[in-house]
Amino acid sequence: MTVRQISVFLENKSGRLLDVTRRLGEGGVNIRALCVADTSEFGVVRLIVDDPRKAHELLKEQGLTVKETIVIAVEVSDRPGGLSAVIKPLVEQEMNIEYLYCFLEKSADNAVVIIRVEEADQAIGALNAAGFRCIPAEELYSM
Amino acid sequence: MYNPEIEAMDRSKLAEIQLERLKETVKRCEEMVPFYRMKMRELELDWKDIKSLDDVVKLPFTTKDDLRENYPFGMFAVPTRDIVRIHASSGTTGQPTVVGYTSHDIEAWSELMARSLVAGMADPSDIIQVAYGYGLFTGGLGFHYGVEKLGGSVIPISGGNTKRQIRMMVDLGTTVLCCTPSYALFMAETASEMGIDFKQLKLKSGIFGAEPWSDRMRDKIERLLNLSAFDIYGLSEVMGPGVSIECEQKNGLHIFEDAFLAETIDPKTGEKLPLGEQGELVFTSLNKQGMPLIRYRTRDITSLHDEPCACGRTHMRMKRVRGRTDDMLIIRGVNIFPSQIETVLMQIEGISPHYQIIIDREGGMDVMEIQVEVSEEMFSDRIRGLEQWQELIQGEIESYLGIGVKVALVELRSIARSEGKAVRVIDNREL
Repeated sequence: MTVRQISVFLENKSGRLLDVTRRLGEGGVNIRALCVADTSEFGVVRLIVDDPRKAHELLKEQGLTVKETIVIAVEVSDRPGGLSAVIKPLVEQEMNIEYLYCFLEKSADNAVVIIRVEEADQAIGALNAAGFRCIPAEELYSM
Repeated sequence: MYNPEIEAMDRSKLAEIQLERLKETVKRCEEMVPFYRMKMRELELDWKDIKSLDDVVKLPFTTKDDLRENYPFGMFAVPTRDIVRIHASSGTTGQPTVVGYTSHDIEAWSELMARSLVAGMADPSDIIQVAYGYGLFTGGLGFHYGVEKLGGSVIPISGGNTKRQIRMMVDLGTTVLCCTPSYALFMAETASEMGIDFKQLKLKSGIFGAEPWSDRMRDKIERLLNLSAFDIYGLSEVMGPGVSIECEQKNGLHIFEDAFLAETIDPKTGEKLPLGEQGELVFTSLNKQGMPLIRYRTRDITSLHDEPCACGRTHMRMKRVRGRTDDMLIIRGVNIFPSQIETVLMQIEGISPHYQIIIDREGGMDVMEIQVEVSEEMFSDRIRGLEQWQELIQGEIESYLGIGVKVALVELRSIARSEGKAVRVIDNREL
């Protein structure tokens, strides 16, 4: 039930993000979600794509430092309080959420949230127990 | 040993040879080189005043500037008719300097290089890849003639074209690699990109020099290239590579004392220092015809040791060169050598071996930034993970140097790679 996220190290220089997105676009890789975390000097770009292996290869070829991380994609109802309902079971299990961001989903009633925790399997168990659906990788990549 | 009779010679006998040759050199310089004739006259000295090796301290120094001022042939002690080869230093810090060799000098140099290669585990059955630059730089041809003298098979590939270097190692079964240590690391990186594992190659040793490096860097090279790494030292003014080399003990570099008289001096006062004390290395030629030098100041910092070595060689050893008097950075009044920073970086597991030191002056204050490339081992999708690396590196360097530094994480391969000598320091200060 886990999903592979591609992370890339970039210096805070103009045009670097464009280099990444252009390279993926030219290689036929579709970006499904993206989140940039940055400091004043560098940034980490986190990506969910339709073909993680290919994305990894393309970016590595370009000489970038790339890493794959396991994250969880969970469906959240698109209404006030929806996100809190998802976070609650994780907090109750005393799990630390490293970060989370939203997935770009078209024409659906639900939103999808990408969550990064240290113990992915335990988090999935807690979310399932609370009645949430975690989206399998294949389904997510082709959404 | 290539020449055990000389290399393991009794030290008192060696001193006799040195004294004999020192007198000859001083006499030759006095007679043939106007620069030295003038200097000796100023000091009211004569080669006959050299009665023991200790008398060397009476002799004048020669500096890089002296060589520049006598560019191109002013320091030659023979007519150019007798010169068979000319090399030149890179001249990165000003006017180049030229050195000339007679056929006797080339022969003597080749022998010293053959001795060096044997110290570095090579024998006549080896396939030896010389990836030092061929041309005006002494590295390529110096090694080349040494390998031929030894009777090994030389691959004169010169520097550059790294993928071809690696293909050659695979196809020809290179057993000994000769290049700069930073280029060796670059080769390791390129090989891994090509999907080639050094464990499958036949390399047994590498002879690395032409830039200062640390024991930590040696560990890294030995691990990545799966070979035994030896430090070789030399400089074109004095001859080229093969002035000194490590033996299998890897505890200092044996100086070929039948060819060079070595001293260390206090770089400020010029005072000769006792053995074991760190100072500027100074050489006097003992077996050179084309361009013999008296007390040439190398600007390299090291110490000399004459304790017996387990390898059986009796020639004294110099510690690995820690830095150069002119490499030394003065940051907020603290003396720092780039090699110290390298030592710290190489101790941290998982760090990329490529780094650069940038020095700026901000508001009258010297600021030193160490740029380190983010390796795969260091990289994390969490910002905190990267910041922890930054703090770790910064803490280690600060505790070692005793001054504050800034550590910047940069992208892989964003620090320019060098196929010759690596540029480690960029000093933007206007002093």
